[in-house]
Amino acid sequence: MKLTNYIAHFVILFALAGSACTQSNNNGALGGSAAEKVYVAPGEQDEFYAFLSGGYSGNLTVYGLPSGRMLKEIPVFSQFPTSGYGYSEETIPMFNTSHGFIPWDDLHHPDISQTNGELDGRWIFANANNTPRIARISLETFETEEIIEVPNSAGNHSSSFITENTEYVVAGTRFSVPIPQRDMSIDEYKGNFKGAISFISVDEEHGHMDLSFQIMMPGFNYDLGHPGRGESHGWFFFTTYNTEEANTLLEVNASQNDKDFIAAINWKLAEEYIAQGKFTTMETEYAHNIYDERTHTGTSTMKKEVRVLDPTELPGLVYFLPTPKSPHGVDVDPSGEYIVGAGKLSASLTVHSFTNMMEAIETENFDGEAYGIPILNFEKITAGQVESAGLGPLHTEFDGRGNAYTTFFISSEVVKWELGSWEVIDRKPTYYSVGHLMIPGGNSRSPFGKYVVAMNKITKDRYLPTGPEMEHSAQLYDISGEKMELLLDFPTHGEPHYAAGAPASLIAPRSKKFYQLEDNEHPYAVMNESETKVVREGNSNIVHVSMSTIRSHFSPDNIEGIKVGDKVYFHITNLEQDFDVPHGVAMIGANTSELLIMPGQTKTFLWEPDKVGVWPFYCTDFCSALHQEMQGYVRVSPSSSNIELSWSLDGE
Amino acid sequence: MKTSKYIMICGSLLLLSLFVMPMWNITLKAPQYPDSIGMNIWINKIEDMNPNDIKNINLMNHYVGMAEIPEHMKEFDVFPIVIGVMSVLGIIVGFIGNKNLYLAWFIAMCILGAIGMYDFYAWEYEYGHNLNPKAAIKIPGQGYQPPLIGVKEILNFTAISKPMMGAYLLFLGMFMSLYAYFFERKLEKKEA
Repeated sequence: MKLTNYIAHFVILFALAGSACTQSNNNGALGGSAAEKVYVAPGEQDEFYAFLSGGYSGNLTVYGLPSGRMLKEIPVFSQFPTSGYGYSEETIPMFNTSHGFIPWDDLHHPDISQTNGELDGRWIFANANNTPRIARISLETFETEEIIEVPNSAGNHSSSFITENTEYVVAGTRFSVPIPQRDMSIDEYKGNFKGAISFISVDEEHGHMDLSFQIMMPGFNYDLGHPGRGESHGWFFFTTYNTEEANTLLEVNASQNDKDFIAAINWKLAEEYIAQGKFTTMETEYAHNIYDERTHTGTSTMKKEVRVLDPTELPGLVYFLPTPKSPHGVDVDPSGEYIVGAGKLSASLTVHSFTNMMEAIETENFDGEAYGIPILNFEKITAGQVESAGLGPLHTEFDGRGNAYTTFFISSEVVKWELGSWEVIDRKPTYYSVGHLMIPGGNSRSPFGKYVVAMNKITKDRYLPTGPEMEHSAQLYDISGEKMELLLDFPTHGEPHYAAGAPASLIAPRSKKFYQLEDNEHPYAVMNESETKVVREGNSNIVHVSMSTIRSHFSPDNIEGIKVGDKVYFHITNLEQDFDVPHGVAMIGANTSELLIMPGQTKTFLWEPDKVGVWPFYCTDFCSALHQEMQGYVRVSPSSSNIELSWSLDGE
Repeated sequence: MKTSKYIMICGSLLLLSLFVMPMWNITLKAPQYPDSIGMNIWINKIEDMNPNDIKNINLMNHYVGMAEIPEHMKEFDVFPIVIGVMSVLGIIVGFIGNKNLYLAWFIAMCILGAIGMYDFYAWEYEYGHNLNPKAAIKIPGQGYQPPLIGVKEILNFTAISKPMMGAYLLFLGMFMSLYAYFFERKLEKKEA
């Protein structure tokens, strides 16, 4: 090749490199645009799942990040007519408690299961705040699979946080109460009420929960909790307020002490005390409800006993870490060394050191005791303070790069600060009055520190007005750089408290597409249309209809021989075996919701016809081109009628 | 043993691959089926491309009155015998080592193959045209016959019909017998 040729080549190469540079500069400029960062093009999917608690909706909502698109509402503690959850005969047992059927609750703190302190994406746990319960939701089916009631607890707020190998899901009581419950004067609270902290073990294979033991703490209010990580694995930390033990006008009377406590519980030692038999067995009553994916049916069992540990009798089980001003959030950094207490009436954050804490315990550097539980020396255990960071600190998450992000409710902002130097790096306003925040994996050993979601309590003017009542609002910030960047506002459903997030790659590949029909072990399931039938139980008024659905008909779709006063159970099996082909069913006059039945699934509703006539039912989900034709009739005769039961499809 | 014998015997043995792999595939694509649905056709069965595909094809096709894809056809009894017999015959021919027999075997396979393709076409024609008069969706003049080979638009679906590994190995086996014939003929000419 000639020299000139070489030169020409070089010129072309430089020209290309130059244009590439210009191009990347252009990308850089575009990359700075918030719109582009949150735009997930039609047909594309989000990078992260975010599971936002629904608060008083009782449910969990699933969002995609960074788009902020809502993907699903998972019914957990509240009846959900959209799918028939809590209305179908199979799911009614999931709502059983020691107080009977409870149709609603207040869901606060979802937490994803972990292995070695990292998200494993198998299950998500959530707490019912009002009538204390813990739920486990499968991240394969996105269905609630289990709910366990927490006895001796009231206002199940410092829940449902999991230890780093999902050994336990931990639930603490907000209210202290008489234990066992009894008729006594409220004025006698101080010294008599107790606060139960519950350790619920989680079966490694199936995730089944079991109330392993409770620690009977002094009558404070237990606000939030966080497990230790790494070195501090084996410990669990709970914030307390109302160490004053006031029982009225708490906004004043529980705000008198300059410091309340973070309770550090050594749960590994608790296990040893249990093994040594140093517990008492207490009679109580709580429901344990399990939904079986194969029978598509929930069952409820009442449990009668709980093992109780008394920390005033068991040395080393609990220590108190003095922490200023009614701490709300307690968050442990990914290394497990720093325990961040957010004194919500304070302007600064207090960070304790786990190493210092252990030294204080070893040298018995105590500053008195409360109900026999040692109070550690504040100066000794504190690692640092984030001074004047904002007003009203609540919650902290971590990015895994040595930074912490704390929400400030009163000053309505997220503040980024550095662990170790305790210096504030950046602050961004939130709209308005942020509660929790969430970085996917941000409470684990390995956070995915790309985005933070701030969940706000006040919406005001952020969206088009919808009358006095509005949905809450969340904000998404890019935290990949030195400074945070506000990217997106999106409305949320109910009242999100905490949330949990995970990379889509951890969950999406395992998401179930439909249930295998041949695995369906529901006692009234049918495998094909020839198995459908209508059967009266002896001469009783109970009738079981085993019905099937497939595009675009019910089988059978004509039923005669039903009488006024009958209890007719419609067991509907969806025979479809394809992704996203549900069928629905609704019966005129049935005092229940519709059912939405996934392929391969069986669900049951009860109909008690009260009037003679021919009554129609239909498919409620636009399943196919001939969805509108998917309908049928039931003839209801007087109770004295002798008409035999008969059923048919197309005259056969 | 002479080279052409090996080629002929190997070619005949390749026919047996039809017992362990599918011969043909028909795939249907539509926006509502992002993963496509389809069936693999063997000499003795029709199988789901992905689990439940045939069930879902039948479900869809019943709206236009098409019959269900049969679980059993007479061809499923005949084809394995024909393939088995031809493979054995080919091996025998290979041992005999007569080049004219190679050619005869190849021609016999071509004729049988043509009959097979015609039979496949006839089934497809029947499948696409024998419609239930009570069908919910009737479109005058619309046939639903899948293509013998290649791509065809059928209402909202794109139907793709193509040979699979079994058929490719069958073709390879046949052409190996033809190659054995020419190879032997060239060798004989040289010797003469």
